[in-house]
Amino acid sequence: MIHAVLVANRGEIARRIFRACRQLGLRTIAVYSEADQGAPHVRDADEAVAIGGAPARESYLNAERILSAARQARADAIHPGYGFLSESWRFADAVRQAGLVFVGPTPDAIRKMGDKIEARRLMTAAGVPVLPGSFEPVADVAGAEAAARVVGFPIMLKAAAGGGGIGMARVAKAGDLAGAFATAARRAQAAFGTGELYVERYLERPRHVEVQVFGDGSGTVVHLHERECSIQRRHQKLVEESPAPSLPPSVKSGLTAAAVAGARAIGYTNAGTMEFLVDEAGGFYFLEMNARLQVEHPVTEEVTGLDLVVAQLRVAGGEPLPWRQDEIRQRRAAIECRVYAEDPSKGFLPSSGTVTKLDLPAGEGIRIESGVEMGSTVSVHYDPLLLKLVAHGATRAQALTRMAGALDRCVIEGPKTTIPFLRRIIASDEFGSGRVHTQLLEQGAFNG
Amino acid sequence: MAEEIKAHITGVVFQITTKPGDRVAAGDAVIVLESMKMEIPVEAPRAGAVKEIRVQEGQTVQEGDVVAVLE
Repeated sequence: MIHAVLVANRGEIARRIFRACRQLGLRTIAVYSEADQGAPHVRDADEAVAIGGAPARESYLNAERILSAARQARADAIHPGYGFLSESWRFADAVRQAGLVFVGPTPDAIRKMGDKIEARRLMTAAGVPVLPGSFEPVADVAGAEAAARVVGFPIMLKAAAGGGGIGMARVAKAGDLAGAFATAARRAQAAFGTGELYVERYLERPRHVEVQVFGDGSGTVVHLHERECSIQRRHQKLVEESPAPSLPPSVKSGLTAAAVAGARAIGYTNAGTMEFLVDEAGGFYFLEMNARLQVEHPVTEEVTGLDLVVAQLRVAGGEPLPWRQDEIRQRRAAIECRVYAEDPSKGFLPSSGTVTKLDLPAGEGIRIESGVEMGSTVSVHYDPLLLKLVAHGATRAQALTRMAGALDRCVIEGPKTTIPFLRRIIASDEFGSGRVHTQLLEQGAFNG
Repeated sequence: MAEEIKAHITGVVFQITTKPGDRVAAGDAVIVLESMKMEIPVEAPRAGAVKEIRVQEGQTVQEGDVVAVLE
């Protein structure tokens, strides 16, 4: 049983987790950096502990400080949210060593899925298709070239410890490999502490479709259907929806079966997401597993009517899964738009500053998860996600109409935001028809 | 004619990629800022020699602050 939960995060996700805690009657503890004094997530919690300076490595990435805050506030569980320490198996392990419950998968599962090459090997062994590519790190440019010759150019160079699109590069031909290798290795080294890279085949116009999975301590793994997340910039998602429009039923059932088999093979517990690319012929390939709650989890919640965070807390506390597979249905359609503090007219440059006006839409079928309010300062130190707009409806058309209306009514002044760009995406023929792929945005489809 | 190079966004100086005396081409990164987990180069507006770097790694700069000067 869990009684008091510390959320090792900030912004909208900390607030979302506190809400679930309150629903279960759990005491809530926030942590905050110097930049986040008085932030909404701090006021939402029963108690708050200052953990250090504004740069994340001095606060939200500082495991020692967070564990010490948990001791001070007598927390018995830590929820990591997403980002920051959520996919650090060392942190998950340290939480357990301290006698606390880590609300998430086991350190072993996080470690296995955090090593993207190991994940490719494990998924292949479990019968989950992966993209052609290397199953060992490529040591140097010559090694990358040898691997690239096997799979054929263009290829993707990826960081072995990767995620979030960091240290990832499309390489069109052998002559471009040396430069791309150096840049990707340097970025990977800076972000993850290891510059190890691997090679994968590059797909033209694939869709990004992922499957939400959930396991409990007794070996049961279920899926909560798919999310279509092809609208991306910098390999990071901007719009997500479920069900994935015009996904053939055979592909859908193949994806969910593969996701469950893959998660079972590693004894996965709690919430996780298996990400796949789907090619134009309906072939699908495992990309990676996110061993944590995802930004876009509300899409699945609105579609199924189930609360993923409440389930996370229950399962982490030792309860069995609250649902059977046949009870988990796609009852509605839902779309999420991520409102980032970025200027879409300047290549999505980050835009910091004070929120001077904030009018958020409300109404039937609209859900908002916001980390900011009027007067909030958007800092240069953290992820630029301000808030998420989620619209659901009985049909995709209804969800789309509601989303268009919500975006029209949404006013944020201060930092530049992605709202004008999101309006164009939602109004576009490409999105409306559901004929989406991950390269649409960089091809300028929404530049209007 | 000396020319000031200004930060086009607010951020933290992540890396100083040039030093006084270096020749740069238009579009070369003079320094790299970090903002919201992204690395954003501040580029030379024209070719020239770097005369002065006015910032240090780790320092926060505001949009419009002069970060370097070209000869």
